Amino acid sequence: MSESVPITVNVNGRERSAMVEARLLLVHYLRENLNLTGTHVGCDTSQCGACTVLVDGRSTKSCTVFAVQADGSEIQTIEGLADGDELHPLQDGFWEEHGLQCGYCTPGMIMSAANLLQDNPAPSEEEIREGISGNLCRCTGYQHIVNAIQHAAERMAQS
Amino acid sequence: MTTVDGPVLPKLIGERVKRREDPRLIQGQATYVDDIKLPGMLHLAFKRSDIAHGVIRSIDTSAAAAMEGVELVITGAELAETLGPMPIGTPFPAPDHYSVATDKVRYVGEPVAVVVAEDRYLARDAADAIEVEYDELPAVVDPEAAMEAGSATLHEGFERNIAVESYWGGTGVNPETAQPEDDSAVDAAFAEADVVVSQRMLNQRLAPNAMEPRGVVAQYEPGREYLTVWSATQNPHILRTLVAAMMGLGEHQVRAVAPEVGGGFGCKINIYGEEYVAAALSRMVKAPVKWIEDRTEAFLTTTHGRDLLGYIDLAAKNDGTILGLKARIIADIGAYEVLLTAMIPTLTGLMMNGVYRLPVVRHELTEVFTNKTPTDAYRGAGRPEGLYFLERAVDMLARELDMDPAELRRKNFIPTDEFPFATQGGLIYDSGNYEPCLDKALDVAGWQEMLAERDAARAEGRIVGVGLSFYVEVCGLGPSAVVPTGGWEHSGVTVERGGKVTATTGASPHGQGNETTFAQMLADHFSIPLEDITILHGDTSVVKQGIGTFGSRSQAVGGAALISAAGKAGDKMKQFAAALLSEHEVAPEDLVFEDGRIQVAGAPEVSKTFAEVADFAYIPVPLPPGMEPGLSEESFFEPENNTYPFGCHISMVEVDRETGEPKLVKMVAVDDCGNVINPLIVDGQVHGGLAQGIGQAMFEEVVYDEDGQPVTASFMDYVMPRAADLPTFELDNTVTPTPVNPLGAKGVGEAGTIGSTPCVVNAAVDALAPFGVTHIEMPLRPERLWRLIQENGGQS
Repeated sequence: MSESVPITVNVNGRERSAMVEARLLLVHYLRENLNLTGTHVGCDTSQCGACTVLVDGRSTKSCTVFAVQADGSEIQTIEGLADGDELHPLQDGFWEEHGLQCGYCTPGMIMSAANLLQDNPAPSEEEIREGISGNLCRCTGYQHIVNAIQHAAERMAQS
Repeated sequence: MTTVDGPVLPKLIGERVKRREDPRLIQGQATYVDDIKLPGMLHLAFKRSDIAHGVIRSIDTSAAAAMEGVELVITGAELAETLGPMPIGTPFPAPDHYSVATDKVRYVGEPVAVVVAEDRYLARDAADAIEVEYDELPAVVDPEAAMEAGSATLHEGFERNIAVESYWGGTGVNPETAQPEDDSAVDAAFAEADVVVSQRMLNQRLAPNAMEPRGVVAQYEPGREYLTVWSATQNPHILRTLVAAMMGLGEHQVRAVAPEVGGGFGCKINIYGEEYVAAALSRMVKAPVKWIEDRTEAFLTTTHGRDLLGYIDLAAKNDGTILGLKARIIADIGAYEVLLTAMIPTLTGLMMNGVYRLPVVRHELTEVFTNKTPTDAYRGAGRPEGLYFLERAVDMLARELDMDPAELRRKNFIPTDEFPFATQGGLIYDSGNYEPCLDKALDVAGWQEMLAERDAARAEGRIVGVGLSFYVEVCGLGPSAVVPTGGWEHSGVTVERGGKVTATTGASPHGQGNETTFAQMLADHFSIPLEDITILHGDTSVVKQGIGTFGSRSQAVGGAALISAAGKAGDKMKQFAAALLSEHEVAPEDLVFEDGRIQVAGAPEVSKTFAEVADFAYIPVPLPPGMEPGLSEESFFEPENNTYPFGCHISMVEVDRETGEPKLVKMVAVDDCGNVINPLIVDGQVHGGLAQGIGQAMFEEVVYDEDGQPVTASFMDYVMPRAADLPTFELDNTVTPTPVNPLGAKGVGEAGTIGSTPCVVNAAVDALAPFGVTHIEMPLRPERLWRLIQENGGQS
């Protein structure tokens, strides 16, 4: 077992400190240490994007980042996306447009989409398809996901 | 007519109702297997073979066992004292297959030893510390070479690696023996043909790749002698049956739970060695244990799909009348037979009648062992392969005869007035109405405009093609006579105190949205709000009986069981209501459910609320004569036949002349799955199926090298369709209800996967037809297309 290292991170607005094994992956820190199991592991090699979270506002595949690398960062996971009881427009969009089936890729897909809409609040269909190309979904064929992100973009533009 | 106060409830069947599953899934609050944590839980890791074929000479577990935090290290030979060979669900002869290899390994990834440790990282460290020595044997990789004398063999007693030999079907074949008796009519048909098209085609090996890998948590409670297994499975009741048998327990001692399951696509039907091992080791170490598959393990050990080689011959007259079909099929089933392995390829020949009135059909199947991961069901499971072979051959015939592929198909369709239709393979197609579906697809796609667009593009020097396919598939599996797991489904419906409804279904979903569609059906049945209904599934301690979700059976079989149970509960409820309305001298059969009330039809003033009647059922004072208290009913439903959905897919493909890269620019799907409960969910099922079918046509392939080493064991090497690879799909439908269940629903889960694959390949072949190309093997790799262009000097 490798040595433990202290880290302090802000996760979903709450400061967290822990001693973690140097090799502990960020995704396992979130899932095992903090019980934030909404972030999923789909491939271990950063191709599928199920583990996507926002680290300092940028979408990051948490299966290929060590927890110690996130020391000092602000992290947002799917659990921290809604504003209290009010769903984030992306969550609402995925629900309205049937943007999910088994739901396993969904948290990572939504976090990637959140980053996409930050960078480009009014993406075209093609830009959405490119923007989520780091995230695999096996159920939906992506079309309803594209609709969901468009739905969210329109709602965010109105507010 | 008098009215009463209260909401008027909309009918929900046929409406695009938002899914009730979604709030937990979009907020990260769902519980998948890997989210389960039990006190004292230990973690498993498997040491797996890194060679394809060899005899285990020695296993040194000492370093692993000495690691702090390692509870147990156990080899396959040691485990075999506890766990016997794994059961299969088909009647075909099969070699012994242990959860963990005992003396010989037969594919890369086959487990040879298991570690139990305090945490997941440590378990993996310890597994890596196990040293295994093998005497390597030659790898058997090519299924045709595997059958030749002199090939290395995988299993004793299976000469020339043949698992199933010359399994025949079709015209003049005895279905009991699967051997031909008098099939001379087939040869006669071919002898009188004006034209015969013949093609060897590979329907390549695929990895199902549910986004959630497999996983299991097992907890054996020694004092209770009771086992609970949580698993990412499509069928917890089958899991319970088989785990109980393997553990020497009765089903009354096992609870199996499918929690949230992140996709299945057929690969989570099989009950795997890891599930048995987790159960056995939990009992051994007296602690709950967890195993979660990583993606590389998924590529190596989760069952693969397809991998059928077909030699196809199609005979016709010059006017396009098809005279007969011959198919010789070789299935590369990998190293072992698991739950349904040997059965899946039998569906291929069976479905090769397609939508056509074929006078004669002959199919012959041979299944072969190779040093590869075992195959089993993958979305469509045997039907996509058959329809691919057939729809490619029909397209080749159209090209040979210079006929429009739509008109050739139309000419040979089974006429609508011939349903129910008996195929040459012995199936009875329940219902069908193919021409309106074809016409609608041609209209929606703008077929004539597409042809003109293609020709115009060609005139500009672009490489563009259009493709069409027309499929029929078999869904709604039952009845029990043809489904090895049993072909029924079970449901329970309880009207609770207060008038809310809890229902259970054995159709255990993993993305299909049964919590929504089943609630829609009950909402309409009882005329109560959707919010007043809960659908429970996936837990054998809650759902009394069940089979599971596969073969597009949730609605057609599970939904029918639900409606049957609801009917029983509703009939009893009307009896209670009649008792409450006794001063009006109301008979139960005069009562209807309407807007939250139970009322005399057309007379809402003579009514009780749904809740009042529910409450009375549980405190029935006085108890109506001859009645038992309570409102909880259950039903088993077994259909008399399968259902046969169908559809027409149309696509356009453009190929880059310089790079050979194909682009799917248009994809139209007009499907007929009978009556639709929720069009939003049906659209989603079709979309997902299309993506997977297109994935097979264009991108996906499991590749082994000559040593049996998998070279596509991660998402870096195995190409999954991504959002930017796909066009916006254009969907439409026709509705031809089935008579075999009361819903008229046929099933839709696999439709998209079946029609799209030949459709897209047909379009690619059409694109390259000016270069003299008549067939292209899947996937449509740019390099493959580029070579075909170059072979013709790059000139069309």
